[in-house]
Amino acid sequence: MITLNVNGKSHELDVSPDMPLLWALRDMLHLTGTKFGCGMALCGACTVDLDGQPIRSCVTPVVEVSNKKITTIEAIGQTSSGAKVQKAWLDLEVIQCGYCQSGQIMSASALLAANPHPSDTDIDKAMAGNICRCGTYHRIRAAIKQAAQSNVKGA
Amino acid sequence: MSMGLERWLNSTEAGAESTAEGGVPRRTFLKLSAAAGGGLLLSFILPRIIWNSEATGATTAEVFAPNAFIRIGRDSRVTLIMPYVEMGQGTDTSIPMLIAEELEVDLRQVTLEAAPPDDRQYANPIFQFQVTGASASVRAAWEPLRRAGATARTMLVSAAAQTWNVDMTSCRAEKGEVVHVPSGRRLTYGSLVETVATLPMPDHVALKDPKDFTLIGTSAKRLDAPDKVNGKAQFGIDVKVPGMKIATVAACPVFGGKLANVDDSKAKAIKGVHQVVRLDNAVAVIADHMWAAEQGLAALDIQWDEGPNATVSSADIVQQLESASLGPGVIAYEDGDVAKAMAGAVKKVEAVYQMPFLAYATMEPMNCTVHVRKDGCEVWVGSQVLARAQATAAEVTGLPLDKVQVHNQSLGGGFGRRLEVDVIAQAVQIAKQVNGPVKVVWTREEDIQHDKYRPYYYDRIAAGLDEQGMPIAWSHRISGSSVIARWFPPAFKNGLDPDAVGGEAEEFPYKLPNRLVEYVRQEPPGIPTGFWRGVGPTHNVFVVESFIDELAAVTKKDPLAYRRDLLSKSPRAKAVLELAAEKAGWGQPLPEGQGRGLSVQFVFGSYVAQVAEVEVAKSGEVRVTRVVCAVDCGMVVNPDTVRAQMEGGIMFGLTAALFNEITLKDGRVEQSNFDDYRMLRINEAPAVEVYLVKSAEAPGGIGEPGTTALAPALTNAIFAATGKRIRKLPVNRVELHSA
Ligand code: FES
Ligand code: FES
Repeated sequence: MITLNVNGKSHELDVSPDMPLLWALRDMLHLTGTKFGCGMALCGACTVDLDGQPIRSCVTPVVEVSNKKITTIEAIGQTSSGAKVQKAWLDLEVIQCGYCQSGQIMSASALLAANPHPSDTDIDKAMAGNICRCGTYHRIRAAIKQAAQSNVKGA
Repeated sequence: MSMGLERWLNSTEAGAESTAEGGVPRRTFLKLSAAAGGGLLLSFILPRIIWNSEATGATTAEVFAPNAFIRIGRDSRVTLIMPYVEMGQGTDTSIPMLIAEELEVDLRQVTLEAAPPDDRQYANPIFQFQVTGASASVRAAWEPLRRAGATARTMLVSAAAQTWNVDMTSCRAEKGEVVHVPSGRRLTYGSLVETVATLPMPDHVALKDPKDFTLIGTSAKRLDAPDKVNGKAQFGIDVKVPGMKIATVAACPVFGGKLANVDDSKAKAIKGVHQVVRLDNAVAVIADHMWAAEQGLAALDIQWDEGPNATVSSADIVQQLESASLGPGVIAYEDGDVAKAMAGAVKKVEAVYQMPFLAYATMEPMNCTVHVRKDGCEVWVGSQVLARAQATAAEVTGLPLDKVQVHNQSLGGGFGRRLEVDVIAQAVQIAKQVNGPVKVVWTREEDIQHDKYRPYYYDRIAAGLDEQGMPIAWSHRISGSSVIARWFPPAFKNGLDPDAVGGEAEEFPYKLPNRLVEYVRQEPPGIPTGFWRGVGPTHNVFVVESFIDELAAVTKKDPLAYRRDLLSKSPRAKAVLELAAEKAGWGQPLPEGQGRGLSVQFVFGSYVAQVAEVEVAKSGEVRVTRVVCAVDCGMVVNPDTVRAQMEGGIMFGLTAALFNEITLKDGRVEQSNFDDYRMLRINEAPAVEVYLVKSAEAPGGIGEPGTTALAPALTNAIFAATGKRIRKLPVNRVELHSA
């Protein structure tokens, strides 16, 4: 039995310890906001938050995260950086097909939580692992800056 | 898909614009009736292409067959039954804007309902069957939807005037209500619907003057966005049906090969694996979850019968194309006497251009959920061709069409890949052998290696120049596989693929005498090709705009000035070109190793010009720092959507031009995931500026032109920076190293 603590809830799962967290979330807990894109830590679609760190759930065995605090896109809006990022995403109409955006928002929220005023280089570093096939990069950068701006105002 | 194809389709259209009995223009033909459950139903016909003469009578008054519907409820809610699919291009927002504008309701008052798959009822007006693509949604819906909205508005006003017993001209519609201006009295649309149902249809309705638009031309918020920032939006891959199993699949790695034998004993021992399904050319593992399915697949010992394509390689394919391109092709466009003009030219310039196979790599991997029962079949899938999806499931199961239900889902990227039904056919075949519903999910590797690919094109192009260096003869022979011949055979006639020549036939923006365009169909053995974002024009715009740049260079003229001189017959093309050049600071000096390049095009009904700014390092590494894009896509419905589509299209085009090619060895695709099929990332993305030209012309497409314009702007910029002409994509950094 593996215990997963996801979005503040505890779940007992009867799965093999090497099962990637991605499939536990999607196929066992039906939290489908976390997406499958490559399965090889190449695209970032599966990004979730583990104790404040963005991780690629497609290559993270459940046994490694058992009993740790996992936050997914479904609950990231309850954190202050997550809420700011979501708002900026909507204000600037970042989204096209939307498939990559859960991962983008998770990476951006983790960035802002750790670094409230990221430079362009910081943004590049934190976000380069997240592919957007629709090419929304331009707006992602602007939205992160806008969300950071709301930090300044203390909004 | 391209303007070329669309024109071609239109030329076979029999009288969609003509008048039906009674003198009412046929395209305005509407009907009002009471809606089931109360309220009003406005049924109308979107004009459609008619392919053969027998079908020409299909839209006369006697057989009124509406294909679009607006429902106004007693609660004043407006529902549009929507025949298009959202795949990221903002159609879900743009289309309701057209209705809301003329009907004078708030955009939030309009709800969309997906149209069930039924060719006859919900056919796309440009193509005969239901399909989202071709940058066509807004273009097709522009006139009929506004007319339907205006008709409903006129009748609501007239119903209110009748109720108050006042003159119609003293009443006005606003925000879902009719107002009697002198007295300030108001009635909601909902309270008028019963009266409207008793009124005759007006003969003529006035569409709003574009200068009075309050919604069209504004950047209305996308309606689908909120659920896409919080994980709630459901894509095909997220479908959950009670009792559903998860499957993943391996098809024969060689196109056209078959399954010979499979030992599944190890796979079946894995916890969570239920079943191994054998298809003619594939094996699927059915499991409780994707992890078990993937492990099961890896544990299979499979023998393939690789068939006739087992030794095919990219080199063979290119060689076949090269020889085919020597022979004459079928004529796609001919003006003047090219041979004579070429013979009399002061100078002749010739070049060969090549563009690679490309995969779509939509962010959401291919997937399809199916439940086959004895008496019916249900399919959950994100598709650009719902009716084809339904027909495919019916064919595979042997069930009648009305026993097959297709539930369309949001698309995690379309780009043309979801115009195909191969995944649906495969998933239904698998589901036929499974008890209960099954979701078939392809791995990224399966997705890249069993794609439909943008055709490899091999083009020969030549121009004859006069004393001034201006072209007086032009010949372009395009060789490649025909997507149309496979995907829509009736449009492939006399050896000509109207899409493959798109962007280089009638819609050519330049004025030059004596032009010949030929097409040679050469199919690569076994490799299926598809409509990749930008379709035919992605390759023709690259070839034409690179070659024009070559001519300017040979003539030692500025590429902007040279193009401008050739654009006298196309003021809209000239205007976008000049706008892009001005905003980009064309002509201002750049440091060594940097350069600017431009492109201009008229495709999908829109004019686009781009200027790319690049930096080429000594190592050959190319960095695009800035792209300036000017667009004239006619009347703009939603400017922010146009900007977003240009920005995204530029990144899509840049990814391909810099990084992508699908190659074959031993009959297999060599690439498999984002490590060897590289995607542009945020740290590599240029700054993008998009400028829109104000225009009162009918709307043009916006989904694809951003992509088609990029590659030549990029390679022309590389030429400006290094003097090295790129005639083969993707950009070869090793070659640039020596530059
Ligand atoms: S699915 Fe995990 S990084 Fe792509
Ligand atoms: S929005 Fe479509 S992949 Fe990013």
